[in-house]
Amino acid sequence: MELLPTIWFVAIAVLWTGYLFLEGFDLGVGMLMKLFARNNTDRRVLLNTIGPVWDGNEVWLLTAAGATFAAFPLWYASLFSALYLPLLCVLVALIFRAVAFEYRGKVDTERWRTTWDWAIAIGSFVAAFGIGAALALTTTGLPLDANGDRSGGPFAWFSGYALLGGFGVVAFALVHALAFLALKTDGGVRLRARRWFVRLVPVAVLPMLAWMVAVQFLSGKAWTWAIVVAGVVSVVLAWQWARNGSEGRAFAAIGAFVVCATASIFGAAFPVVIPSTMDPAFSLTISNASSSDYTLGLMSIVAAVGLPLVIAYQAWTYWVFRRRVSAAHIPEAHGFLPAIAAKVLVAKENTNPSNPGA
Amino acid sequence: MDALEIARWQFGITTVYHFMMVPLTIGLGLVVAVIQTLWYRTGKPEYLRMTKFWGKLFLINFIMGVATGIVQEFQFGMAWSEYSRFVGDVFGAPLALEALLAFFVESTFLGLWIFGWKQLKRGVHLACLWIAVIGSVFSAYFIIVANSWMQHPVGVEMVDGRPVMTDAWAVFTNNTALVAVPHTLFGALGVAGAFLLGIAWYHLWRRRHDGIDVVGADGRLVVGEADIPGRDKGDYTVWMRSLRIGAVVAMISFAGTALTGDLQGKLMFEQQPMKMAAAEAACHDGTGFSVLSVGNLGAKNCDDIVAVIEVPGILSFLAKGDFTTEVKGVNSLLGEYKEKYGTHLPDNPLYGDRAGQEIQYVPVMEVTYWGFRMMIGFGGVAALAALVALWVTRKGVVPGSKWLMRLAVFGILAPFGANAAGWIFTEMGRQPFVVAPNPDMNGIDQVFMFTAAAVSPGVSAGELMTSLVVLTAIYAVLLVVEVKLLVKYVRGGVASAMPELAHAKGEHRVKDEASDNNDDGAPGPDKADDVLAFAY
Repeated sequence: MELLPTIWFVAIAVLWTGYLFLEGFDLGVGMLMKLFARNNTDRRVLLNTIGPVWDGNEVWLLTAAGATFAAFPLWYASLFSALYLPLLCVLVALIFRAVAFEYRGKVDTERWRTTWDWAIAIGSFVAAFGIGAALALTTTGLPLDANGDRSGGPFAWFSGYALLGGFGVVAFALVHALAFLALKTDGGVRLRARRWFVRLVPVAVLPMLAWMVAVQFLSGKAWTWAIVVAGVVSVVLAWQWARNGSEGRAFAAIGAFVVCATASIFGAAFPVVIPSTMDPAFSLTISNASSSDYTLGLMSIVAAVGLPLVIAYQAWTYWVFRRRVSAAHIPEAHGFLPAIAAKVLVAKENTNPSNPGA
Repeated sequence: MDALEIARWQFGITTVYHFMMVPLTIGLGLVVAVIQTLWYRTGKPEYLRMTKFWGKLFLINFIMGVATGIVQEFQFGMAWSEYSRFVGDVFGAPLALEALLAFFVESTFLGLWIFGWKQLKRGVHLACLWIAVIGSVFSAYFIIVANSWMQHPVGVEMVDGRPVMTDAWAVFTNNTALVAVPHTLFGALGVAGAFLLGIAWYHLWRRRHDGIDVVGADGRLVVGEADIPGRDKGDYTVWMRSLRIGAVVAMISFAGTALTGDLQGKLMFEQQPMKMAAAEAACHDGTGFSVLSVGNLGAKNCDDIVAVIEVPGILSFLAKGDFTTEVKGVNSLLGEYKEKYGTHLPDNPLYGDRAGQEIQYVPVMEVTYWGFRMMIGFGGVAALAALVALWVTRKGVVPGSKWLMRLAVFGILAPFGANAAGWIFTEMGRQPFVVAPNPDMNGIDQVFMFTAAAVSPGVSAGELMTSLVVLTAIYAVLLVVEVKLLVKYVRGGVASAMPELAHAKGEHRVKDEASDNNDDGAPGPDKADDVLAFAY
């Protein structure tokens, strides 16, 4: 067993775990903008729980992709080209979602806000679904030929696993976000989020659990089966703690579930990074897809310093913004009068005494 | 169009677009950080207003850079899988490091800066912005290291037909990157400089136009006040200072890009002589720099091209630093390239329909010739305009001419044009290679890749066309949205970024604001403290 490729396989699994854990709740909050929030104030409460952190969370995706490129160029090339159209959808979703967060509050009209609310909700859904599908397919198989290219046309990647992974991440993100909101908000949103979480969690984890179990049947080992069991236990705990009102614990436990999910899935898939459904001989593994030991060694040193640093300052961000957000904290929308148009208004009022405003 | 052409158009469009947002992010980020530092040091209210106003525009633009940047990272694997397989060992590392060491820093600390106006102490809050801005400079460094390796591969050995990194130091201190990084950063400052200059000019002009500021009989400006949020006397200071900072930044940018560009040109004459010959549309060896060449630049027969106006010796100066050394033209280089790298593309399925075709070593000369001149021209015009603007406004008065104001506003586009032209020139000038051969390296100048072999073999032209159309359409719509928002916030003036100005009462707003800010920082028992300083 090669040491460095194994380390990097684990590192990439860790990066995906970080992504699903962190962006998991902000993708979920994005979807809840339409499913859960009742009015504009609710929506602004939701947005401001993730406001300072969502962009940092998304970098986990960029880092996972970049690290895959650097450590396993053949994995990166085959996976991304094989899933061309689904990843295009993910890109479009992420573009709209990012822009929507920033632009939503910039114009004070109902129509403007509603448009961007939909962009956030649909963008979050499509991104979660697409990433889930991609991860499911890389762990269950793609029709790759000897060169590692997809054969069979633009949709040849499709399988039931794609749906399992897609719905798995979407449903997980929803309940993870409810646990997050219960922890990060106050007032009505907090109570409702907790109630929704308790009701939904037993069902919402099922597709991801099915994906975990499916991968175990394909290539599971004893220890990865054990992790699946641990995942189930953490869901039960999350449910129990949420019912008792321990919001912090419930959030941690549902987070532990996704850690178990990636650990059991990547652990079972190891050392294969993409099984070829055409011929097992064409499968990409950590040995035939990896970069040289020199490159991996260099990356290991940088990551050993860089990743703990990232975790430290991101943790600090959560600490700085640890306060619960509630409707009372939300400033009024500032529908400002453009300085220059305002001048014109004033001039009109001055010259027209019959104007009721004058 | 076949898959290769579509994939190239897509990469070109998405990259040039992304690189409209990026230089403004880097340049404006640096400027805002300096202004906030001035506020921190002096406590003057105009610097707070400038920080808030330019910071708002910075954020409207920043998010577009973030959103379009993800496409860049994904598209290597999606559309250029053969390229990714070939270069991954050496090219992937700077990309991964960019995400790990730069993007995390940038996004996390910018989040702290945006939302942390109240939660963080003033010094810490300022430090967050600096850290984020330095992160964006690092991201420029990493991505240019990656790009420079495509221009000038170093630090590798060929193993089983693929370059494998053997010397990371050589890759990360590639001389191509060491000159391209400052060149790009100075280029980014130029964008920010013109942006400040144009918008500040507009506001100063508008204040005169609206009768707030009046030029007296002695030619001096009497600064006035209107009963509109933000349009008080302090507002004048905000714009005048912004205008001057913008003009100075634009001139520093030009000096910096010229110096680094000269170094870059000299390297490029050695590393990619064909690109520079094509920049000149020079068929024959010579010493003169063409000011205007006519003829069919796109013709395969380079001999049609006639240099109408030529400055003797300048080309030699650009290439070698003297006025007499002959610089090789396209015709003599062609022979060398054919001898070294072959006359025909290999008969390999990875080249698709192009397998076995004759190799066109001469880049598209209309693009290289005019791209090179537009880069220098737009940059020079912007710097000259900045100098003129400083001179004209030396007494603190912006001319009342509407046309001059329009010129200043449209001048914002010039550095964008220079940046885009420079990148189009250097990327298209590298063709037909995606990884250009490094002629200096003895024994391993065979590390190169033709663009024709770089696309994803498994991806159909239909898929590529879908993404080209979808991305281009979305980018177009979002550009309209971004520009409209920028215009709205520019017209809104400082009050659009500081709602507190609209709520402030009384004559001495500026003073109130100043005293507010002195005890700003640590959360106090203030009643407004319960409300978020910034909220989506």
